[in-house]
Amino acid sequence: MAEAPKQAPAAAGRAGMKKELPEHFKAYKHVWVVVECEHGVVHPVSFELLGEGRKLADKRGAELAGVVLGSDREAIAAAASAAFEYGADLVYTITDPALTHYRNEAFTKGLTDLVNTYQPEILLLGATTLGRDLAGSVATTLLTGLTADCTELAIDEEGSLAATRPTFGGSLLCTIMTLNYRPQMATVRPRVLAMPERQPGRTGRIVEHPLGLAEEDIVTKVLRFVADRDSDKAQLAYADIVVAGGLGLRSAENFQLVKSLAEVLGAEYGGSRPLVQKSWITADRQIGQTGKTIRPRLYIAAGISGAIQHRVGVEGADTIVAINTDPNAQIFDFAHVGIVADAIKLLPALTEAFRKHLSVNRLAG
Amino acid sequence: MHIVVCMKQVPDSAQIRVHPVTNTIMRQGVPTIINPYDLFALEEAMRLRDQFGGEVTVLTMGPPMAEESLRKALTFGADRAVLLTDRFFAGSDTLATSYALAGALAKIGETFGKPSIIFTGKQTIDGDTAQVGPGIAKRLGFNQLTYVARIAELDLATGEIAVERRAEGGVQVLSTRLPVLITMLEGANEMRRGTLEDAFRAARTEVVTWNAADAGITDLTKCGLRGSPTIVKKVFAPSARAEKARQIPTTDLSFEAMAETVMGEIFARQPAIEGDLMRFSSGQ
Repeated sequence: MAEAPKQAPAAAGRAGMKKELPEHFKAYKHVWVVVECEHGVVHPVSFELLGEGRKLADKRGAELAGVVLGSDREAIAAAASAAFEYGADLVYTITDPALTHYRNEAFTKGLTDLVNTYQPEILLLGATTLGRDLAGSVATTLLTGLTADCTELAIDEEGSLAATRPTFGGSLLCTIMTLNYRPQMATVRPRVLAMPERQPGRTGRIVEHPLGLAEEDIVTKVLRFVADRDSDKAQLAYADIVVAGGLGLRSAENFQLVKSLAEVLGAEYGGSRPLVQKSWITADRQIGQTGKTIRPRLYIAAGISGAIQHRVGVEGADTIVAINTDPNAQIFDFAHVGIVADAIKLLPALTEAFRKHLSVNRLAG
Repeated sequence: MHIVVCMKQVPDSAQIRVHPVTNTIMRQGVPTIINPYDLFALEEAMRLRDQFGGEVTVLTMGPPMAEESLRKALTFGADRAVLLTDRFFAGSDTLATSYALAGALAKIGETFGKPSIIFTGKQTIDGDTAQVGPGIAKRLGFNQLTYVARIAELDLATGEIAVERRAEGGVQVLSTRLPVLITMLEGANEMRRGTLEDAFRAARTEVVTWNAADAGITDLTKCGLRGSPTIVKKVFAPSARAEKARQIPTTDLSFEAMAETVMGEIFARQPAIEGDLMRFSSGQ
């Protein structure tokens, strides 16, 4: 069998490379998922993580636990039962008025205490503004390894978490391990993992834990929360059809061609990272590893070369149609349908074809 | 008021190429830039300095060539630049990086005055982890404010600061007390053009260069590869899908004909979409 190419030899004495897990970490078991529950609503990424966490726990012969922090008993109970239905065996809860809104100090204290008390071997969080803010603090407090924005989680032959993510600005993938520290921590962005099947009526046990922190000891206060109006924000992540453009469009004006096709299809539109850097589109329309990850039924990519950073953001789409003038563009490696053509000319034709088809059939119907 | 901005020199990722055979990064000739997200941090720091008085120090950890990005920051208008460079830091993951930077920041505090605010960008474009800022805040015991879109209020007399923070589904308005670590969101401001005076001053300014010992970092087991709990097991390029994209032929075809074929292919693969589109289209 062919050997994998050898990596550069590790520096002698590197702490992370030791084979044997230190004695005090051997008691660390089970897989945990932080269930984000803000304003009474569970973030869907938490269910996606529970689905993946279930597989990891089964492979380790371990239990899957959800962690819910908040102040509203009813909301916490609802989040816990949802967690059970998405695969959790048990849920740790901390209920305290100080946890009404997300604040780093209070949540870091709560989660760190839970980890130190109940000792999970794997701790997963959504790569949301909450999850990333919290994960960085908790990993630093616990002095353990944290891998951000993973695109794949697996258990290797020795039982350790193998966390794969894009690296070098999204031009390659790398697999990262935390061998000698516990818990092994990772974050995953929304929509990277598939939503698992909900199992109604599935239940589990709840373990309550105190926060042990008084409001007057928390320096940071939430003055108010201004909810986004839905119409202001692109709903890319959960859109059914997405049309996107890249540098192949050649000018900001030509981006209108993407919008026109999206309009006919009732689709969301977006673009690759360079378009944000050139200010052709706003950052909330960026698709890819550092923008939005999407899982639409249909994704049409016009003039996008398909670098890994883009690929990992769209691979979950059911059907990917790629339009590019370069027959060797990377996007043809993972698209389902490809056409070597100039997007600037093909997009208007495609828009017209759909418009005509839909109006003819509407008349006929 | 003393403000420190942590920056990173990164390869211009738009221009990174991967060797097609060895799957290694071809670093030669890839230009380096200041991590674009850090420019929002630097500009915000200089705005506060201009409004409230004080100094802005820029700090970076990296190889000696990272001095270039510090010089660039000086030409934008930073007052002082510190380069933390030592082979002991090579191979640091985010935990080891925050250890080294926290050490250097403590030394900066002793040497040039304690910072009231430390700024970073929201993340880098090469690592994309967003972990080093929170790591520094935790290690120094600074209050942590990530994804800040706007600084709403700053009262130096009381040490109170209020910011608008991007959260899931909305904006949190938070108030807290100095010292704070702020990670600044993109688009929060626009980087100024440095003045001619700044350019002259930058040319005259010595970049303060520290190795681990200079920065008072003595526990080298917490630095670099040795201090990193994570290890990179392998680096690889993803494989192509087993089944290559079905290529629509284009020879001698008009764009109208190509469009018809593409549409037909879409409906053949996703029959349900056609029906949904009809309903959507009639609903309009």
